[in-house]
Amino acid sequence: MSASTASTKPTSPVPFDEALTRYEPVLGLEVHVELGTESKMFCACPTAFGAEPNTQVCPVCLALPGTLPVINSIAVESIIRMGLALNCTIVEWCRMARKNYFYPDMPKNYQISQYDEPICVDGYLDVVVPLPDGEGTTTVRVGIERVHLEEDTGKLTHAGGATGRIHGADYSLVDYNRAGIPLVEIVTKPITDTGALAPAVAKAYVAELRDIMRGLGVSDVKMEEGSLRCDANVSLNRPGDEWGTRTETKNVNSLRSVERAVRSEIERQAGVLDAGGRITQETRHFHEDTGVTTPGRSKEQAEDYRYFPEPDLVPIAPDAAWVEQLRATIPEQPSIRRARLAQDWGIGAFEMESLVNAGVLQLVETSVEEGVEPDAARKWWAGELLRVANERGVEPQDLPVAPGDIKRVEELIAAGTINDKLARSVFDGIISGEGDADAVVAARGLTVVSDDSALLAAIEQALVDQPDVAEKIRGGKVAAAGAIVGAVMKATRGQADAGKVRTLLLDHLGVAEG
Amino acid sequence: MSAITPDDVAHLARLARLELTADELDHYAAQLDVIVSSVARVSEVAADDVPPTSHPLPLVNVTRPDVARPGLGAADALAGAPAVEDDRFRVPRILDQD
Ligand SMILES: [Zn+2]
Repeated sequence: MSASTASTKPTSPVPFDEALTRYEPVLGLEVHVELGTESKMFCACPTAFGAEPNTQVCPVCLALPGTLPVINSIAVESIIRMGLALNCTIVEWCRMARKNYFYPDMPKNYQISQYDEPICVDGYLDVVVPLPDGEGTTTVRVGIERVHLEEDTGKLTHAGGATGRIHGADYSLVDYNRAGIPLVEIVTKPITDTGALAPAVAKAYVAELRDIMRGLGVSDVKMEEGSLRCDANVSLNRPGDEWGTRTETKNVNSLRSVERAVRSEIERQAGVLDAGGRITQETRHFHEDTGVTTPGRSKEQAEDYRYFPEPDLVPIAPDAAWVEQLRATIPEQPSIRRARLAQDWGIGAFEMESLVNAGVLQLVETSVEEGVEPDAARKWWAGELLRVANERGVEPQDLPVAPGDIKRVEELIAAGTINDKLARSVFDGIISGEGDADAVVAARGLTVVSDDSALLAAIEQALVDQPDVAEKIRGGKVAAAGAIVGAVMKATRGQADAGKVRTLLLDHLGVAEG
Repeated sequence: MSAITPDDVAHLARLARLELTADELDHYAAQLDVIVSSVARVSEVAADDVPPTSHPLPLVNVTRPDVARPGLGAADALAGAPAVEDDRFRVPRILDQD
């Protein structure tokens, strides 16, 4: 360890807004995405999440002598599609590299990765970042330095000592199920000039990456299961100065944490710098519970991985025509798609956000494509159908409701056959397997009572039942009409149009609408 | 061209988590120097028209289809392990890394 510096003395963090008055943050984000392939990167072992320990391992991923790796073709295809979605150049020729280190998370004592020849380079991603206080959004272009292919490591559980099972013994237990699962690392160029937006940019970038990967279908990108992980590099400098020393915060496992970790690290570094200290280049760990980072391994003794081209594998040279075929499979970027749809449907960013969060955007889009009015598609999917899905514990897309059903229900409402309240019952019938909208309407007898004589009879009965209310209305207190309308709706089991009942009632009593 | 010093060996030993005595550092420095010097002679032979290469075969894009096959099973996978606990490989804890 080197001699201690002024930075070893603990300092108080500076409140975020104040820190930004004196310092400019520079960010760098490294995101790891576990690919959703059936088999591992270099062997045929399955990749299911949550399997019993060491049940998805073989001589190759256990590094038994005499085994050789063979590259998974879908992993190569997936990373090229990811690189294309991130506007990268796909190189014509590259190699895997051996990253040497001694740590039991890899049984080979090295990880096969890429070093100075990544397969995708020099891209960018435009991310839409919400401005504070709901003042709209701004678009920030994040440069992509490289996207490279590697293999995931095994999972260590530290035991002993503290558990008391073996006094004084510290040891680790290793599960190699995850070792060798294809992993893609996406590294940004330094992100500068974002100022106070830096934490929000980091979050929006990771969220957009997640949406892109999901759209490509290359990964399930579940941060809570570790299939998408983010390391955040943060440094501060005074305006006009060179960039400061950076720290790398690991363990950032939710979108909210990405934002909090960057924010907390800016506050901490500002405190150290204000006190005249120096930032130590180190790995730090983010703690969900306290929202702060604590120091991990110091990088003063920088790891020396002694990378060299992997001798057990031949180079990867993606055919240009194949890359162009893959380019044709890249869907529209999620944020661009959302902006386009919001404009088409005449809704704002907030409404769009709520559709996305509810997981019904695709359903609304499909319904609109099938001819449902955008407002109606949004109303049903983000309202009643979402409620039913939650109640039944299923995803909205798993409800047996087709766009055609929504279209028909809307037609029935427009024709006055049913009202919104009855429409909910129609959907309930459709979801319960009672047939299509018309069949449910017929079977459940769900038509608005539009026969004036039947409604008048119900009105007269209600007036008889509530003579005092009837007297008030006759005396000009139109506000009292609600009680009679309510009684009529109840008498018709909701199958009447309340507005029509009210008009009939006032006509009947010869009272003008107040 | 004597290239390998005892300090180099100490660095490599640390990376490999090996503890060597001062005598051993000298001993291996001399041995490694012979190996490295011998390999370095290849550079003397190679002319400018011979590009560096990492693989003897002129092949690219050797891949396999993404098809999963069952693994060994935990019992076989762990059969050769010196220590096992809860169907996991049990290893000494290394440094204070997480
Ligand atoms: Zn395997």
